Amino acid sequence: MSKKVLVLAEAREGTLRNVSYEAIAAGKQISNGGEVVSVLLGDSVKDLSTELGKYGADRVITVEHPHLKQYTSDGYGQAILAVIEQEKPEAIVFGHTALGKDLSPKIASKLQVGLVSDVTAIEGEGDAAVYIRPIYSGKAFEKVKVKNGIEFITIRPNNIAPLTKEENKIADVSALSVDITNLRTIIKEVVRKSSEGVDLSEAKVVIAGGRGVKSEEGFAPLKELAAVLGGAVGASRGACDADYCDYSLQIGQTGKVVTPDLYIAAGISGAIQHLAGMSNSKIIVAINKDPEANIFKVADYGIVGDLFEVIPMLTEEFKQLKVNA
Amino acid sequence: MNIYVLVKRTFDTEEKIVVSGGKIQEDGAEFIINPYDEYAIEEAIQVRDAQGGEVTVLTLGGEDAEKQLRTALAMGADKAVLINVEDDVEELDQFTAAHIISEYLKDKNPDLILAGNVAIDGGSGQIGPRVAELLGINYVTTITNLEIDGTTVTIKRDVEGDTEILETSLPLLVTAQQGLNEPRYPSLPGIMKAKKKPLDEVELDDLDIDEDDVEAKTETLEIYLPPKKEAGKVLEGELADQVRELVHLLHSEAKVV
Ligand SMILES: Cc1cc2nc3c(=O)[nH]c(=O)nc-3n(C[C@H](O)[C@H](O)[C@H](O)COP(=O)(O)OP(=O)(O)OC[C@H]3O[C@@H](n4cnc5c(N)ncnc54)[C@H](O)[C@@H]3O)c2cc1C
Ligand SMILES: Cc1cc2nc3c(=O)[nH]c(=O)nc-3n(C[C@H](O)[C@H](O)[C@H](O)COP(=O)(O)OP(=O)(O)OC[C@H]3O[C@@H](n4cnc5c(N)ncnc54)[C@H](O)[C@@H]3O)c2cc1C
Repeated sequence: MSKKVLVLAEAREGTLRNVSYEAIAAGKQISNGGEVVSVLLGDSVKDLSTELGKYGADRVITVEHPHLKQYTSDGYGQAILAVIEQEKPEAIVFGHTALGKDLSPKIASKLQVGLVSDVTAIEGEGDAAVYIRPIYSGKAFEKVKVKNGIEFITIRPNNIAPLTKEENKIADVSALSVDITNLRTIIKEVVRKSSEGVDLSEAKVVIAGGRGVKSEEGFAPLKELAAVLGGAVGASRGACDADYCDYSLQIGQTGKVVTPDLYIAAGISGAIQHLAGMSNSKIIVAINKDPEANIFKVADYGIVGDLFEVIPMLTEEFKQLKVNA
Repeated sequence: MNIYVLVKRTFDTEEKIVVSGGKIQEDGAEFIINPYDEYAIEEAIQVRDAQGGEVTVLTLGGEDAEKQLRTALAMGADKAVLINVEDDVEELDQFTAAHIISEYLKDKNPDLILAGNVAIDGGSGQIGPRVAELLGINYVTTITNLEIDGTTVTIKRDVEGDTEILETSLPLLVTAQQGLNEPRYPSLPGIMKAKKKPLDEVELDDLDIDEDDVEAKTETLEIYLPPKKEAGKVLEGELADQVRELVHLLHSEAKVV
């Protein structure tokens, strides 16, 4: 059977996040030939809707309201529930982002349905769809099926490939007006710490430093390499605990989970709690001066050496590669 | 203040995972309080010490979870409740778990409920917001700071590395993020006292729930371990050659840059 699927698009500082397109791709697979409707919420988001069409959304619904300028579970909850009420979708896809994690359980609870969170792959289509998600911090996986009710999932960024962009595809765009009232939370201020550069959880390349980086200044060569590769800088808890960097960079069981194409771990020993946050990366490179370090066990490629020598050399070599390309 | 903390018993973070017969092998494994729930317990104790009131820790689980509840009591919680549904419910997903927990809480009139932002085993992060929604109260997830003044609550929360500062009011459910506090270890006198603190056990029959109403909406078909990674390639030779080889491998073989 084909299904109508509602997918939530997410914008950050005026641009759509990649996960919006990934959600469309996931929606297509679940829809099994049915319709994929992308939902865009905010105070002024209409201009973003054309992109969603190019990435495969059949229709786009926008809800604009001054109260949707900033995310609150009440505001976004009221808006998305109004869209669900109108569209009566048979499946829903959100990103497993800060917003999606916060909002999806509320909506699932309201609708009295199940929710499969943090999906990294989908097998089968339509009614036969089976969702794969990591459990035990990525040490195991489970395959989950929805028994009855709406199929509601959140997808982990960077795992489900978006569809190929088609410049001439145009989605039908409509606006829904929703009365948004009674917000129980008032956002006073947002202190940006992470947005220098690329968003860590969506980055294709992550350069992570550990206690081996030795100081705040020690992160400079890592930042340089990240800049050359268009990547983001991450860290182990060891580095965060030692105050070399902000906790917002921490990767692992109690930090962020990342799955970039390339993860370079420099001066990180590879504790099991760190691996929980990065072991599903496509390619892992370890740079460590201790040949016995555990990180080499999960690395695809390793260099035994001093990161302060290796990283600048790598940066130069990649610069060369870019020049020659 | 009437404070509840939702506590889950989980595998120790160091444990290796073994799957046999389609299930995670639990025999001999070490269990702990879910690390995020430790922050929640610590915060609850601090709020109580500042504002007065009572902290109750609540677990939905089997008999074995008593150990983690005793640990929470030893840290300083006042009372514990174990909702033991081991004999009544076979399959339990987040829908089921949240329904049972909120059914227990609905006539307890909590001012503040604290939970972890995610359980490191099941990993869905659903239970907190689901319980709040079922109780009809507001929630804030991944908090790193909590200040309560009367019924006004000021919170700092972590949003993918950024810090959001917001204001809301009681009653409220919050979920704890790393950085909220430094959880205390149970002291020896704390451990002694914990033995005498009340630990209530509740079964499904004691709650106003029909098993069919809380039937799981999702089903786990299979649990498996990720394919074992083949040992990687540690490069050799002159450092400059290694670096060149690495860039070549990443570019031409792995094609990630
Ligand atoms: C409940 C719990 C949750 C946790 N959550 C997390 C988490 O989310 N994320 C996380 O990362 N950790 C987490 N940890 C901590 C984890 O156990 C480790 O302590 C931590 O990951 C170690 O950080 P590190 O590898 O940077 O430091 P270390 O283990 O000290 O390793 C430093 C490494 O740098 C190498 N080195 C030193 N100098 C150089 C140099 N000049 N060049 C190259 N290499 C060099 C050393 O050989 C060593 O291998 C958690 C722990 C617990 C108990
Ligand atoms: C008898 C029995 C059978 C079960 N069978 C299954 C099964 O077949 N499949 C399955 O996936 N799970 C099963 N569970 C576990 C149960 O379903 C989970 O507790 C629940 O689904 C939470 O999901 P999560 O791990 O994603 O937690 P999250 O939503 O990630 O947890 C977030 C926070 O919610 C709170 N919380 C979560 N779980 C509990 C809890 N149990 N008690 C108190 N607070 C909690 C904690 O504060 C935690 O930090 C079973 C549990 C019992 C007791």
